[in-house]
Amino acid sequence: MMSLPRVVITGVGLASPNGNSLPEFRQNLLAGVSGVKPWTIRHVGETQAGQCDFDALRWQKRKELRRGTRAGSIGIWCAGEALKDAGIDLDQRDRARVGVYVGTTEHGNVETENQIHEVAQYQFDLSYWSHHHNPRTVANNPAGEIALGFGITGPAYCIGAACAAGNLGLVHGAQMLQLGEVDLALCGGVSESIHTFGIFASFRAQGALASHADPAKASRPFDRARNGIVVSEGGCLYALERLEDAQRRGARIYGEVAGHCVNSDASDFVLPLAERQNECMRGALARAGIAPHEVDLVSSHATATPLGDQQECEALRAVFGDSSRTHVNNTKSFIGHTMGAAGALELAGNLPSFEDGWAHATINVDDLDPACEVRNLVTNQPRSLGRIDTILNLSFGMLGINSAVVLRRFCA
Amino acid sequence: MNRAEIIQSIVDIIHTIAPDEDVSDLKTDVRLREQIELDSMDFLDIVMELRKRYGVHVPEEDYKELATLDGCVAYLSPKLQGKSLKVGV
Repeated sequence: MMSLPRVVITGVGLASPNGNSLPEFRQNLLAGVSGVKPWTIRHVGETQAGQCDFDALRWQKRKELRRGTRAGSIGIWCAGEALKDAGIDLDQRDRARVGVYVGTTEHGNVETENQIHEVAQYQFDLSYWSHHHNPRTVANNPAGEIALGFGITGPAYCIGAACAAGNLGLVHGAQMLQLGEVDLALCGGVSESIHTFGIFASFRAQGALASHADPAKASRPFDRARNGIVVSEGGCLYALERLEDAQRRGARIYGEVAGHCVNSDASDFVLPLAERQNECMRGALARAGIAPHEVDLVSSHATATPLGDQQECEALRAVFGDSSRTHVNNTKSFIGHTMGAAGALELAGNLPSFEDGWAHATINVDDLDPACEVRNLVTNQPRSLGRIDTILNLSFGMLGINSAVVLRRFCA
Repeated sequence: MNRAEIIQSIVDIIHTIAPDEDVSDLKTDVRLREQIELDSMDFLDIVMELRKRYGVHVPEEDYKELATLDGCVAYLSPKLQGKSLKVGV
C-alpha cells in the first residue's frame, strides 16, 4: 500500500445535548448525565429529544443567525470552537488551503416543512414562499455557512451518509489532507433533525421511535426494554492536520487517525447487516495495521432499535469475541442519536480516554438483552482500563452504509 | 397610517431583518443601503414583511420606490391607507 502522510486531531469543537465543550461533555459522560429532555414538535406533539443550548452569538451576528439554518449555526459554533481549541488563527493562514467537510444525515427537511407551514397560513399562495428557501436547503448549506462565517475560501461541502455521516466527514477530511488538497480540515458532522417533524413521524411509523416516562432513560441501547431511537441535535467538527504540520507549530495532538473503512450492505433500505459491519471493522483495523485484540475500546453505534443493536452485537462478537482487552461502550445512551453528528460526537466523547484511561459507560442497561451480550460491555458505571491506546469508532446508516474509524494514541 | 407610522413600520421591519444595525437615527432622504448594511436578500425580506403584515404587494418594477424612507412614505401611503401599524411582530 502506498505510504500516506499521518493525520492527527489538533482541535475539537462540539455541541452536545449534555455539553458544549469537550471537557464538559466528557465530564457528563463519566458522571452518567443524560442530555435527553421532553420535546414538543408540531403534528407529532410531545416526544423526547436531545437538545443543544449554546451561545450562537459567540460566532455569529444576529442577522447571520436569522438568515441561516440551525445546522449552519451548529456547524459555525463547532468550527469556531475547534479552531480556538486548536490554537489556529485563520488570519495567519491561507484560507484557500482550509477545507470544510461536514457530514449530514439529511438537510433541508426543516426549512421545507417551515415553508409549507408558512404558506398554508396563506392558502398556499406561493408569493409567501421565502426567497431564503433554496440557500437554506441546498445540500452544502451547513458547510457553506461555515465558509461564509469564517471567510474560508477552500473546498467546503457536505457529505450525505445517513447516520454514518459524522465518521465520513472525518474520513474525508483525513483523505483530503493526505492528498495534499488542503492543509487544515474542519471536519465531522452536524444535525438539526429534531426540528423536522418528519423524522419523528417516520421513525414512529417504522416502530423505531423511543419513548419512556423518564426522558433520561429513553435511549437504552442493549437493554431488553429498548424501544427505539431518541432523535437529537448536535455537532462535532475536528481540526485535522498532517502530523508534520501539527508538530511544526507545536500543536496539541489528541490522537491519530490510524485507519478507516467505509462499505455498503447492498441488502436493504433500513435493516443493517452484521456480515458487512464485520467486514467494515476488519477493514479499518487492517488499514491501521492492527489485530482485533489490539483495540482497547469500541465506541458502538447502537441506536436502541431491537434489531439494529442485535446485528451490531453479532458483528462485535465475531470480530472481538476472542479479545479480552477490548471493551465496548455507547454514547447514544446519554445523548440519543445525533444523526449526522453521531459518528464525530461519539468519538469525541471517547477521545479523552487516551489521557484518563477511562471508558465511559453505556447507561440505561437495566436488563441486558441476551442477544446484545458482548464481551466487556461497559454498563452503567464507567470503568478504568488503566491505559487506552486504540479506539474503534463505529457508525452505520440507512441504505446500508457502514463506517469504522481507528483512532490511536499519538506516539511520535 | 400617517407618515410617522409608515416610517415606524418600515424601521421596525428593518430592525427585524437586520438586528445588528442601529436603526434609531435613519435619515429619511438618504438611501437606506447607504446608511445600513442591507443586501438584495434583505430587501426581498422587507417586501415579504410588507406582504405578510399589511397585505401590500410590491411588484419588482416598483422596488426602486423603496430606496429611501421618504420614497417608502410616498409609495406606500395610498396602499396603507386605513391599515393599522403592526410593530414587533
